[in-house]
Amino acid sequence: MRKCSLNSLSDIFSKISESNTLYLPVDTNEGAAFKKWEEGTVMSEALNTNRSAKDFFFPQTEDLMEFTVNKKEIEIIDTRKESEDFVVFGVRACDMRSFEILDRVFLTEPYDSYYATKREHSTIVTLCCTRPNETCFCTAFDIDPTNAGGDVTAYKTEEEIFFKSNTPKGEAFMKIIEAFTEETSDDSVNEIKDKTKAILKKLPLANLSKDSFGGGKTEELFEREEWEELSSACLGCGTCTFVCPTCQCYDIKDYNTGKGVIRYRCWDSCMYSDFTKMAHGNSRNTQIERFRQRFMHKLVYFPENNDGIFGCVGCGRCLSKCPISMNIVKVMKTLGGDK
Amino acid sequence: MNTINESLIPVLGVITDVRIDTPDVKTFRVVTPDGKKPFDHKPGQCAMLSIPGVGEAMFSITSSPTNEEYMEFSIKKCGCVTEWLHQAEVGQQLTVRGPYGRPFPVDEEFKGKDLLFIAGGIGLAPLRSVINYCRHYRSEYGRIDIVYGSRSKEDLVDYNEIIEEWVKDENVFVHLTIDREQEGWDGHVGFVPSYVKELGFDLNKTVVLCGPPVMIKFTLEGLIEMGYDKTQVYTTMELKMKCGIGKCGRCNIGSKYVCKDGPVFRCDELDELPDEY
Amino acid sequence: MQKITKDILIDKSIELLSSGKVNRVLGWKNGEFDYDVTPYVFKTEEEIKNDFVFNGFSGANFSKYLVKETLKSEEKVLVFLKPCDTYSFNQLLTENRFARERVYAVGIPCEGMADISKIKALTDEAISKISFEGDSIKVDTLYEGEFTLKCEDVLLERCVNCKSKKHVAYDELIGEDGEVIDSHRFDQVEELERMTEDERFLFWQNELSRCIRCNACRDVCPACTCEKCVFDNPESSLNNKAISDSFEEKMFHIIRAFHVAGRCTDCGECSRVCPQNIPLHLLNRKFIKDINSFYGDYQAGEEKGARAPVVNFTFDDIEPGEAVKRGDGDNA
Repeated sequence: MRKCSLNSLSDIFSKISESNTLYLPVDTNEGAAFKKWEEGTVMSEALNTNRSAKDFFFPQTEDLMEFTVNKKEIEIIDTRKESEDFVVFGVRACDMRSFEILDRVFLTEPYDSYYATKREHSTIVTLCCTRPNETCFCTAFDIDPTNAGGDVTAYKTEEEIFFKSNTPKGEAFMKIIEAFTEETSDDSVNEIKDKTKAILKKLPLANLSKDSFGGGKTEELFEREEWEELSSACLGCGTCTFVCPTCQCYDIKDYNTGKGVIRYRCWDSCMYSDFTKMAHGNSRNTQIERFRQRFMHKLVYFPENNDGIFGCVGCGRCLSKCPISMNIVKVMKTLGGDK
Repeated sequence: MNTINESLIPVLGVITDVRIDTPDVKTFRVVTPDGKKPFDHKPGQCAMLSIPGVGEAMFSITSSPTNEEYMEFSIKKCGCVTEWLHQAEVGQQLTVRGPYGRPFPVDEEFKGKDLLFIAGGIGLAPLRSVINYCRHYRSEYGRIDIVYGSRSKEDLVDYNEIIEEWVKDENVFVHLTIDREQEGWDGHVGFVPSYVKELGFDLNKTVVLCGPPVMIKFTLEGLIEMGYDKTQVYTTMELKMKCGIGKCGRCNIGSKYVCKDGPVFRCDELDELPDEY
Repeated sequence: MQKITKDILIDKSIELLSSGKVNRVLGWKNGEFDYDVTPYVFKTEEEIKNDFVFNGFSGANFSKYLVKETLKSEEKVLVFLKPCDTYSFNQLLTENRFARERVYAVGIPCEGMADISKIKALTDEAISKISFEGDSIKVDTLYEGEFTLKCEDVLLERCVNCKSKKHVAYDELIGEDGEVIDSHRFDQVEELERMTEDERFLFWQNELSRCIRCNACRDVCPACTCEKCVFDNPESSLNNKAISDSFEEKMFHIIRAFHVAGRCTDCGECSRVCPQNIPLHLLNRKFIKDINSFYGDYQAGEEKGARAPVVNFTFDDIEPGEAVKRGDGDNA
C-alpha cells in the first residue's frame, strides 16, 4: 500500500493523464458525473455519481458497424476500433460489482468485442466509501464498500489518500504514481474501514434481506399477487433501467445517414411496452408483467444463471430517481415479508 | 482487434432464388457472394437476416444441414423486414449471421425413434430442416409421420416438395389437412389438433410440434389425452429477438433466453418457465 | 409545510369510502423514508389508516392516473387534487380523456412541495429523518447532525413559481380556496430570450445532451396521453430510444414541447421527475409565454372545454409573418 497527501492528488491526476485518459466524478448540473480530467478539474465529494459508471463499457449508444447500400449490393464495414487506454478514478464498490455483473453477460461466449476492448483498456481505481447514504444497501448483496476492489483500491481520509494494487494493471498504475506516494502498511486504513463498517450497520436499510430471493424461486415469486399493487403506479418509463448500473438490455437499430447506414445499439428497457413486441403479438402485454420481469430478472433469474450472484448492487440510484418512488427495496420488503 | 470475431457483425449473403410458396410465404435461397453456403448449422437452428436500413430479424433455417450448397428461409410476410424481403428479387444482397440456438436433438434423442412431426401453417418452416435431415439419414430413424395443416391448399408451405418427394419416401407417411372444404381438395378437412387425435398414433413416438400458439396448445392437450408424456414432445418458441446471442435481454423468459437456450424446447422444460409465452 | 394534515384526508377518505360514494382512493403511500411517497390506490380503510400519507413530499399530480383508473371500474374513485393538479384535471376533461362521473374530486390546499435534492444540497447527502413544523423543516442527517430549513428555500421549482392557489375543478373543497398568483414563472424564459442565438443554443445543448431518453417526462406528463406515442411506434421511424446522432436528443424534447403546446398547464411534473435534472419546463413555458403574447393570456385547463388559441381561429390572430418577426427580433 502507498499513500500521499490529498494536496498531491492533482499532481497525480496530471501524471496519470500523460499516459491515459483519466475520468473522475465532477460536480455538474446533473449532479456528480464522470468527466475527463483536465488541468484544474476538481473531484466531486459526492458519495456517488448521478448515473452509473456502466457508460464506460456499455454506453447509452454505440455504433456497431456501417453499411453502404448500392441498389442490390451491400458492403459491410467493420468500424470497430481498439479502445484507448483509460483510467476511471473513484468508482464505488457497488459500481465495481456492476462491472463484474456486466462481465458475466458480455464476456461469456459469444464474447462482445465492443465491451471487451473497453474493459481491457481500462484501469479501475475504486474509492472506498466513508459516508454511505440512507439509500445504500450494497451490503445486502454481500458487497464490502470498505474493500471495493478493482485494479486499485483507494481510501481517502480528510488529509490523505491510500492506494492498494489488486491486479497487474493496478501494479502499472502504482508505477505511474510512485514518485508522488510513499510506502505504508496495509493496516493504515484499518481505522477508516472500521469506522465505515460501524456506520454500515446503522444504515436504515442495513437489515434488508435477500433470503427470500435467488435462483430456483421463480415458482414461489412469479404468481405473487403483490406484483399488482407494487406496479400499479409504475409509469412504464425507463428511469430505473437507465440509472441502474447492471441493467444491460439493449436494442439494435439502423440509422440511415443518407450516405450509408449505421447500425448502432442503444440502451433499452424491459419496462417499455414495445420491448417484447413482435409483428404478431407481445409476450408481456401489461405493465405488471414488465415490472415483474425487471425485478425477477435481478432477484431470481440472474442469480440462477450466475452462481447465485444477484443482479442488484444496492447503489440506491433507483431509490432516488424513480418518478413515483417505487424501487427494488420496496419490492424486496413486500415480497420478502418484511412489510 | 478487427481479427476478433464479433457475433453481431454479419456476413454478406445474396438471394439466388425466390420461390412463392403460398400467398404470404416465400422461400429465399441464400449463398455468400462467392456462391457458398454462409455457414453450417443443425436442424432447428436460426439465423439473423438483415437489410441495412430496414432492420434485422431472426428466421429459422428451413433447408437441411445436409444441403451443402445453400441455405433456405421460408418467410411469412408479417412485419417490416419480411415485407421488404417479399419484394426483393434474385441478386439482392442481404446480411446473415448465425447459426443461433439449440437444435433438435437429431443425433441424440431422435436416433432410432419413430418420429411424428406436427405442423400448422408457417410452422412447417422450422420442421422442414429436421424432416429433410432425417430423410437424408433415413436408416438412422424409424417410421416418420408428418401431420401438416393450413388454412387452405394454397397456404400449405412446400406443397410441391411434400407431394413430389416426401410422400414417395419409404416409411414416411404424410397426412395433410386444410381448415375448410375447398374445390380441388380431396384430402382431409379439419384442424390439426383434431386430425392428430383422429389419426390416433402409437405412443412410442417422439413428437415435434410447431405452429401458431393456439394450435400448439390444443395439439399438446390432445397428445396428453392420447397418453403421450410431455417429455416425448418437442416444440419451438418464438419471442422477439435482437442480438441472437443471449445478451440483449428481449427473449428472456424465466432464467432462459429463447435465442440461445431455445428455440427448441422439450414440452416438460416449458412447464418450468413462467407462463409468459 | 402543509396547512392540512394527513388525518383530515384520512378521515375524508374513510368517510367517502364507508358511505359508498367512492370505492377506492387515489392517494399517497408511505415510503421507506420520509420523502419517497408513492401514488397508490387504496381500497380499504385499513390500508388508508396504515399507509396514507400527506406531507411536503406529496407532489405527484394524480390527474393523469385518472385516465387509467376510470377505465377499471364504473364506480367513483376519490382523488385529492392540489390547485395546480386541477388545471391538468380540467385539461384532460377538455380532451375527453376520462369519464368525469367516475371521479369524486376533493380539492386540497397546497403550500408548496419540497424538493428532496434541494434539502440534500443544503444539509447532507445522507438523511435520516425529515419533519415539518410550520414554515420550517427539521432534517436529521447521518453525519452533519440536525438542520432546520425554511420551507421556502427547498420548494420544488414549480412551487417557487406557483401560478395558482385556486382550484379550477372539484366536487368538494377542503379548506379555503386561494387566488391565481402573479408569478415570476417567465423570468427565466426572458433570460433565455435575452441570450444570443448561439448562447441559447449552447444552453440547450448543454442541458439536453444529458438526456438518457428514459421517457419519464413524457410518461408522467398529463398532456401526453396518446394511446400510442409516436416515439414508441416501431413503424414511425422515430422510435429511437436513444440518440443516433447529436441531433436526435434535441428533436425529442422539442417535438414533445410542440405537441403539448396550448395543452400544457405548466404543472412542472416533467422537471420534477427528470433523473438528469434537465429544466424541461422552460421549453413549455416558452411556448406558453409566446401563446400569451401572440393571442392574449391563456391558461390551459383554467376552463373546461376551452379551445386553445393554437387550435382556434379568430380574425384577431397574429399574422404568421408578425410571429416570426417577433421570434427573430423583438424577443431576442
